[in-house]
Amino acid sequence: MAVPVESTLSSTASDAVAAAEMPRSVRRGGSIAMVSGILFVAIAIAIPLLFKNFVVFQFTQMLVYAIAILGLNLLTGFNGQFSLGHSAFYALGAYTAAILMDQYSVSYIWTLPAAGIVCFVAGFLFGLPALRLEGIYLALATFALAIATPQILKLSPLEHWTGGVQGIVIIKPDPPPGVPLNQDQWLYYFTLAVALLLYILARNLVKSRSGRALMAIRDNPIAARSMGVNLALYKSLAFGTSALYTGIAGALGAIIVQFVAPDSFTIVLSIAFLVGLVVGGVGWLPGAIFGGAFVLFVPNIAEGVSKGLSGAVYGIILILLIYLMPTGAAGFVRAVLSRVSRVRS
Amino acid sequence: MELFWQQILAGIATGAIYACMALAVVMIYQAIDHLNFAQGEMAMFSTFIAFQLMLWGLPYWVAFLITLVVSFIGGVLVDRVIFKPIHDAPILSHVVVFIALLAILNSTAGFIWDFTVKSFPSPFGSAPLFGSSLISAHQAGMISVTLLLLVFLFVFFRYTRIGLSMRAAAANPASARLVGVRVGWMNALGWGMAAAIGAIAGILIAPVVFLEPNMMISILLYGFAGAVLGGLTSPAGAVLGGFMVGVVENLAGTFIPVIGGELKLPIALMLIVAVLVFKPSGLMGRTVVQRV
Repeated sequence: MAVPVESTLSSTASDAVAAAEMPRSVRRGGSIAMVSGILFVAIAIAIPLLFKNFVVFQFTQMLVYAIAILGLNLLTGFNGQFSLGHSAFYALGAYTAAILMDQYSVSYIWTLPAAGIVCFVAGFLFGLPALRLEGIYLALATFALAIATPQILKLSPLEHWTGGVQGIVIIKPDPPPGVPLNQDQWLYYFTLAVALLLYILARNLVKSRSGRALMAIRDNPIAARSMGVNLALYKSLAFGTSALYTGIAGALGAIIVQFVAPDSFTIVLSIAFLVGLVVGGVGWLPGAIFGGAFVLFVPNIAEGVSKGLSGAVYGIILILLIYLMPTGAAGFVRAVLSRVSRVRS
Repeated sequence: MELFWQQILAGIATGAIYACMALAVVMIYQAIDHLNFAQGEMAMFSTFIAFQLMLWGLPYWVAFLITLVVSFIGGVLVDRVIFKPIHDAPILSHVVVFIALLAILNSTAGFIWDFTVKSFPSPFGSAPLFGSSLISAHQAGMISVTLLLLVFLFVFFRYTRIGLSMRAAAANPASARLVGVRVGWMNALGWGMAAAIGAIAGILIAPVVFLEPNMMISILLYGFAGAVLGGLTSPAGAVLGGFMVGVVENLAGTFIPVIGGELKLPIALMLIVAVLVFKPSGLMGRTVVQRV
């Protein structure tokens, strides 16, 4: 492994450590986190009652991206492995859900665990050869995966299941009988519930023994190994878990958009996840929601400012954000929290 | 068998494009320690500047030289204006800024020069070389320029004081600063040189793939692949890697049935990954022993 790669990765890592330790360093941070968590859930529950259906749909999409970014964060933020291939796992999840619903008329609820399991296995298996690769080389390998995915989905031998270039159209699920919500509102609450569940699981994972093992590997693989952490196992597991999250996000994405096609899952999607991860904060789980919001809304804002130069506006917004918050929303929130606690004491 | 050799030659010809790009990638990697995702767009933008200058009636070589100078200054400015203020930010933030830069350059070029495909002149002419239909004079010229650049860079980094300072600044900024190397300006210089090499690559590539804002995206991918395959620390490895990617891509496209045509790029990438699994720092890269 080359020295530069190592030093650059460890700088992400130390930053991520600072972010992860944030609640501990600010003693009152615990209660602040609790209050803001409750506030977030309250606002999230109120959204469908306040906005029109299309906006509710957008918020659902935002939550889906947030889940995918959460998955990427588990891998990159907590285990220090780079991935440009998460669009592949997202696609795998989306296609698993779509095929199950389209060909086998499985209920949409059961497609989520199915997509999760399929992606976990795929991620775990991909993680095995990726064990030998680090930093930029891992980025290239995952990148190959992302490039190959749309092409593989278009292959003629698979057309019977994937529908080839046409993709698959699925039917929007109705809310369960007796629930006074329309389809968009129901899907929003459904997605919100899944997102919260996955968030709590991720938080518990990070705080567990396994989570500490993952972070130890990120911070110093040699030290981690000498303390008895099984590097190969944990790195592959991290890949699998990360793919599981992203796959569930993909399945949810397919259900809410009611359509999957190969060209929705290009490398651009992977890059969007990466941008969302950095904007939210690497190694800080709640950052996923900021990242999801950025991925969904900023391109629209840029388009609104100028049609012809939307890419340039997007780029400038992104650069300004990194100027203001070099470590993403995580660093910003940390700064605000320490300011608040200083004022109080 | 004749088809085989034909495909190899064609692969070398396309490989020259990738080698050019890979060289620019390795240059900037040596100077700033990061892979620059906006490298392709910088080259594209420089090529458009040359195009504009020629449109204004300047002769080819004058336009070429002015473009090199402008690109060099542009590269230095990108470093000073965009990257200096955030040089403490984590690497992933840098990667995101590269992506932002890519979006800005692509969108601006499309806005100024629109997205229609434009042809670009070649200084070597497009006639076949020595009457053979396998490789054109332009492709031969491109290969020679790439090799010349390689020699120039080798001499520059190996035998000049400033080249040594640049290597030191990239390899170990803290120690380099202690012995009096101005690390910040070495980075800026690296950016400038990478931009200028990118401009040469763009100008050489444009006659083959035609000029338009998205021309570089896939070439950059192959360039990255070539650079990583050859070893990111070695310019010669990058050139070799670029040629190999071109050849492998062509052979895979021709000889692997059914999926060959569609999966050319993924197959090339998979082969590279397979090579990397056995040689993790590239074919010609240095293996650095980690200190515990």
